[in-house]
Amino acid sequence: MNFTLKIWRQKNVAAKGELIAYDVSGISPDSSFFEMLDTLNQKLIMTGGDPVAFDHDCREGICGTCSLYINGRPHGPVKGVTTCQLHMRSFVDGDTIHIEPWRAKAFPIIRDLVVDRSALDKIIQAGGYVSVNTGGVPDANTIPIPKEKSEAAMDAAACIGCGACVAACSNAAAMLFIGAKVSHLALLPQGRVEASKRVQKMVACVDTLGFGNCSNTYACEAECPKGISVVNIARMNREFIGAKLFSEKEKVVKVSF
Amino acid sequence: MTRLNARIPEGPVASKWSDYKSSCKLVNPSNKRKLDIIVVGTGLAGASAAASLGELGYKVKVFCYQDSPRRAHSIAAQGGINAAKNYPNDGDSAFRLFYDTIKGGDYRAREANVYRLAQVSNQIIDLCVAQGVPFAREYGGLLANRSFGGAQVSRTFYARGQTGQQLLLGAYSALSRQIALGNVTLFNRRDVLDTVLVDGKARGIITRNLVTGDIERHAAHAVVLASGGYGNVFFLSTNAMGSNVTPAWSAYKKGAMFANPCFTQIHPTCIPVHGDTQSKLTLMSESLRNDGRIWVPLKKKDVEKLRTQSIKPSDIPEEDRDYYLERRYPAFGNLVPRDVASRAAKERCDAGFGVGSTGVAVYLDFADAIKRKGHDTIDALYGNLFQMYEQIVAENPYETPMMIYPAVHYTMGGLWVDYELMTTIPGLFAIGECNFSDHGANRLGASALMQGLADGYFVLPYTIGNYLAAEIHTPRFDTGASEFTIAAQGVTDRLKKMKESAGKESVDSFHRRLGKIMWEYCGMARNDAGLTEALYQITELRHEYARGVRIPGGFDEYNPELEKACRVADFIELGELMVRDAQQRKESCGGHFREEYQTSEGEALRNDERFASVSAWEYKGREVAASLNREDLQFNEIKLSQRSYK
Repeated sequence: MNFTLKIWRQKNVAAKGELIAYDVSGISPDSSFFEMLDTLNQKLIMTGGDPVAFDHDCREGICGTCSLYINGRPHGPVKGVTTCQLHMRSFVDGDTIHIEPWRAKAFPIIRDLVVDRSALDKIIQAGGYVSVNTGGVPDANTIPIPKEKSEAAMDAAACIGCGACVAACSNAAAMLFIGAKVSHLALLPQGRVEASKRVQKMVACVDTLGFGNCSNTYACEAECPKGISVVNIARMNREFIGAKLFSEKEKVVKVSF
Repeated sequence: MTRLNARIPEGPVASKWSDYKSSCKLVNPSNKRKLDIIVVGTGLAGASAAASLGELGYKVKVFCYQDSPRRAHSIAAQGGINAAKNYPNDGDSAFRLFYDTIKGGDYRAREANVYRLAQVSNQIIDLCVAQGVPFAREYGGLLANRSFGGAQVSRTFYARGQTGQQLLLGAYSALSRQIALGNVTLFNRRDVLDTVLVDGKARGIITRNLVTGDIERHAAHAVVLASGGYGNVFFLSTNAMGSNVTPAWSAYKKGAMFANPCFTQIHPTCIPVHGDTQSKLTLMSESLRNDGRIWVPLKKKDVEKLRTQSIKPSDIPEEDRDYYLERRYPAFGNLVPRDVASRAAKERCDAGFGVGSTGVAVYLDFADAIKRKGHDTIDALYGNLFQMYEQIVAENPYETPMMIYPAVHYTMGGLWVDYELMTTIPGLFAIGECNFSDHGANRLGASALMQGLADGYFVLPYTIGNYLAAEIHTPRFDTGASEFTIAAQGVTDRLKKMKESAGKESVDSFHRRLGKIMWEYCGMARNDAGLTEALYQITELRHEYARGVRIPGGFDEYNPELEKACRVADFIELGELMVRDAQQRKESCGGHFREEYQTSEGEALRNDERFASVSAWEYKGREVAASLNREDLQFNEIKLSQRSYK
């Protein structure tokens, strides 16, 4: 198969970027999208060009590193897959394919198609955990959890943190990302203990990182490679309102030994 | 040759670890604050260690090459994690888990370490549940278990086909909490290119900031390597593209011994290779073997017809199919350990019975299971795996059998460590896949996750304390010390030299060539003549690489080709050591199959008299062959026998 690629090239965060056209030929329909880009890069290296930088690692759809905006859609045209699991058979021979990085204020460009998504780590650091230390926990089976709850928590926990939801959103909101983490933990008894504190801390954090707000377009759900549902955003909103209205104020108790 | 001492505590195997914990030295909380620890890698071992050490009050710096610690390749583990909980009441115990692991590793692992692993396995499950890891559950709300290759009990806990992901996210969340509390500092997008020794002790590392290209120095009282395995030496493997041996290799060159490098695991259920541009291989979880039946046609004429697509696999009647694992191993059937299943697939394909367009694949068929359990049950168990298969191969496994073939998946070898997980460099520890200790010559399914988390959560936090207790008077280091300057200069010079070679061939091209040599001569079957040939070819390749690799771009910028160039240079050197190791081990055991040493039935033939030992290699210089040392393995609890899965 042969393709014309229009790829966003940008030297670094400060430089001005532009779309540059490249031709690739002789691509097997069984090749993955990245194997097609590998072929282009090999050609560029051998002809003295500058290979295209893109983020990728596991190439099996689970690490969440890959982040290409292909023909105007995060992770390209096929629903429910990451860029690395996209195969060239999903395109038509002779197509022109536009390849851009995730675009969001919270994700500054590092080079070409590579962006900095540390903001997502910061959101988790704000509260995306259960505060238990290693050791001193009860036997695993002393916490029975209804299968349905556990499955719903797993549905939310399946988020791979790629940021496609942010890239898809016209407001560059991270609501699906935090909704998924808030839901995963709020659905489980282990996570309930800190649920109200967690949602408040995470929402407060997301507001400082340059993400936009949610206006319910559902683009995030449509483009999520793991099918994370917007129900998680609704659950987060419920948790948030509940926490703001009903949670008890934390008393600061001074302890002296 | 030195005989290495693993410093295993005295006493009965079942009480060694509790005795050790009661008698090891402790560090007072106010002193922990003054001690710095570097952790390299944020997979299950690294993230769990960094989080646990932070919780204890040490000052931790953690490094990963990925953009986020959550992306380390543990995330891709599918099947599950073993523990001796005996929740299903099927007779499991710590001893049985220990026994299965030693036997599965073909009697080439250290008893004391493996027993400890089995003992702490239950604590891992408790902790992960407390963290909110959504393991699969039964309708009564309690945890579900499934069986896995190489075991006759159901001891595997799982979270759909994404167990590694969920466990890693658990460890990542604990790590994130410690980062927020200021106990751990994260350095992402960093390659660790050298280990710094001061007065013979590990005191720091040299890193390259992958975004800016800066060469950075970091000092600490101890260094923990959790940098994973080296499967990418084969180019095509199930590892992530960035997985590399560089941190471990740099430690090897500074004096840490490298143990059993030739012990690599070829996983039986991977998606077959499609063509020359293939960049990596995808694993299909071993759990599929619980319900899938593996077969090839019994008659060559059916093989021909399948290749020309004049018949479909379902057209072949039952009596014309060869369910070769069930035929050869009636007791374990499709659930034999990975090394056995992989070799059996290779044997059938070599004999000309392979299927698919290349003839290098076998069927994994779910038709019977779907009939027996129903479509919905199979979907609930394996839905996401089926989906993944269909996405890659464009065939629906509910309708037509999957095609699979073995691929490089895991490396049992790694840095030699003693009972305390310390390498031969004082203060340098190695945990997870990066060390060699627990899996012998073959790892059982669902044991890697167990080992990574056991090391990080429950073993290292104790053993590192025993070392650091003597370091409380050592002040924080100045990275301006001459040892750091020399190491940093060394890294800079190496990069410059590599870049100066006005080469004609890309890094990937060299890497592919290395992979072909390794797969051909040091893969599923090895022999003396082939290994000699490999040694010659790799040496040639190494010289060619030094003269002829082409690296575009600059130093002081984001430059993935430069990153790869460092990694491949190390893989080439490692490949040489693997071949040497395979050549000296004149026996077959686990994943190491030497064609000269097999039983009349084609099974691995061990030589316990000569090789019931660990080979630990010591670096002697660039153009000098590494020297071989041994650690003798003592088996007091388990009688060595020919592994039988019949």
